[in-house]
Amino acid sequence: MSSTVMGKAKTLQRIGFSLLGLITTLTVIPIIGLVLYIVVKGAPAISWEFLSAMPTNGMREGGILPAIIGTLYLTLGTAVFAVPLGVLAGIYLAEYAKESLLTRLIRIAIINLAGIPSVVYGLFGLGLFVLFLKMGTSILAASLTLSIMTLPTIISTTEEALRSVPNSFRVVSTSLGASKWQTVRRITLPQALPGIVTGVILGVERAAGETAPILFTGATFFLPQLPHSPLDATMALPYHIFIISTQIPGMPVQIQYGTVVVLLVFVLGMNLIATLIRNRARKNRQW
Amino acid sequence: MKEFIIRNLSVKYSDDNESLRNVSIEIEARAITVLFGPAGGGKSTFLRVLNRLNDLADLKEMKGEVLFQDQNILDPQTDVINLRRKIGMVFSRPVPLPLSIYDNVAYGLVMAGEHDREKLDEGVEKALKQAFLWDEVHDRLKDSAYSLSGGQQQRVCLARVLALEPQVILLDEPTSALDPIVTANIEEMLRELKKQYTIIIAPHNVQQAARVADYAAFFLMGELIEYGSGIDLFTVPKDQRTSDYVTGRFG
Repeated sequence: MSSTVMGKAKTLQRIGFSLLGLITTLTVIPIIGLVLYIVVKGAPAISWEFLSAMPTNGMREGGILPAIIGTLYLTLGTAVFAVPLGVLAGIYLAEYAKESLLTRLIRIAIINLAGIPSVVYGLFGLGLFVLFLKMGTSILAASLTLSIMTLPTIISTTEEALRSVPNSFRVVSTSLGASKWQTVRRITLPQALPGIVTGVILGVERAAGETAPILFTGATFFLPQLPHSPLDATMALPYHIFIISTQIPGMPVQIQYGTVVVLLVFVLGMNLIATLIRNRARKNRQW
Repeated sequence: MKEFIIRNLSVKYSDDNESLRNVSIEIEARAITVLFGPAGGGKSTFLRVLNRLNDLADLKEMKGEVLFQDQNILDPQTDVINLRRKIGMVFSRPVPLPLSIYDNVAYGLVMAGEHDREKLDEGVEKALKQAFLWDEVHDRLKDSAYSLSGGQQQRVCLARVLALEPQVILLDEPTSALDPIVTANIEEMLRELKKQYTIIIAPHNVQQAARVADYAAFFLMGELIEYGSGIDLFTVPKDQRTSDYVTGRFG
């Protein structure tokens, strides 16, 4: 009797595992489908000219250079503001701050900031940077807005990466007469660095793909030339995709998808770099 | 000569676990003092008071007096970083820093501001020789300290303490993760080192305590029950509780 019970349990287990495997595979299909669909539709539009020329004929022909350059500027601008601030805040929270009401409040604030819809950041940026600080719609204002949106990710991944470094290293380093900062600089920070870099890339990458925060703060419909200064407005890939998909009659579908492919490659490329860094660090880790 | 004079030391952790209660003891210089007793008796806490490593723990209260070189090191004014350079510590599990063998041993010196390559080389070689490790690693100092065996790692940990040329070496169950042969080697090393250093060790069993002790202190639930020469404590203990523990009636 017991052998038939066992046999039944095994069959049930097999069915269960097969179902789980099937469902897991199903979740991958939309992602692969999405990428394939876009690449198939957009790839024919990609050419050197498409990447390196200005748009012509009401953006229906020519390239998307200003949007590419604009997104690069915004990404760099975001990194310039958000990375130092976010990493330093993460170091402070992980290594220096004592548990108190204040640090708990800061952590709650960070978690909640991460959940705020991006359009709200856009409006906030419009109010603070564009109008109140009189930066106008500019790369500077848009980068600052994106930075604020990115900060929570960078702060919490930095904090997490530092916390994953075993505490015994801190104790040993301290016992050998190292100061707190020496311990952070020599031991904990280098060990956490791959994790921090991964978090930074993922955070900045999200900024590169956002439309809403730059909508009111720095993005512009069309520019006949590339931006000259941080106080100029700029075209950007996500916003450009929105414009050519909704605002221009008679827009060739191929160019729409081509632009999406460029943005996708940009974002997935950063993702890939982050993954590579993480995997390499995992392999080299000794503890 | 006394290295430490400790009066009425009490330590409480934030979770209200009292860890040391009113401990008074005078520790001899250039000898091995053994702290023994069942787990949770306060041995580790006691060691971590001596180099103020307890500052990293969640302490509620630390009172009493710990005199080292005529200074009360519990005084908030104490230069703890300098203190830790004079009072080194070896932990129960070997914890090499994620650096090369060389950088592990040189770590304390570099943190103390020594950047002269020659002096560092000299210090590292001397410390590794003292820890009887030089012959095994001299041709691969740049390798990760994690490439070594457990026993070698623990000797790296000892060498990096010795490199600072401290006065006192604290050892918290230094052989608990090592096999008997390596353990015997380390005990032999300690007997050699006590000629130059004051050694305070919490061994991981009574047998080891008896083997290495010049002086011995029996800790039970945060209290110092008995203190005296090793021979006395392990052969003719005065307190019934010490006797019960030494003879294996509990523990």
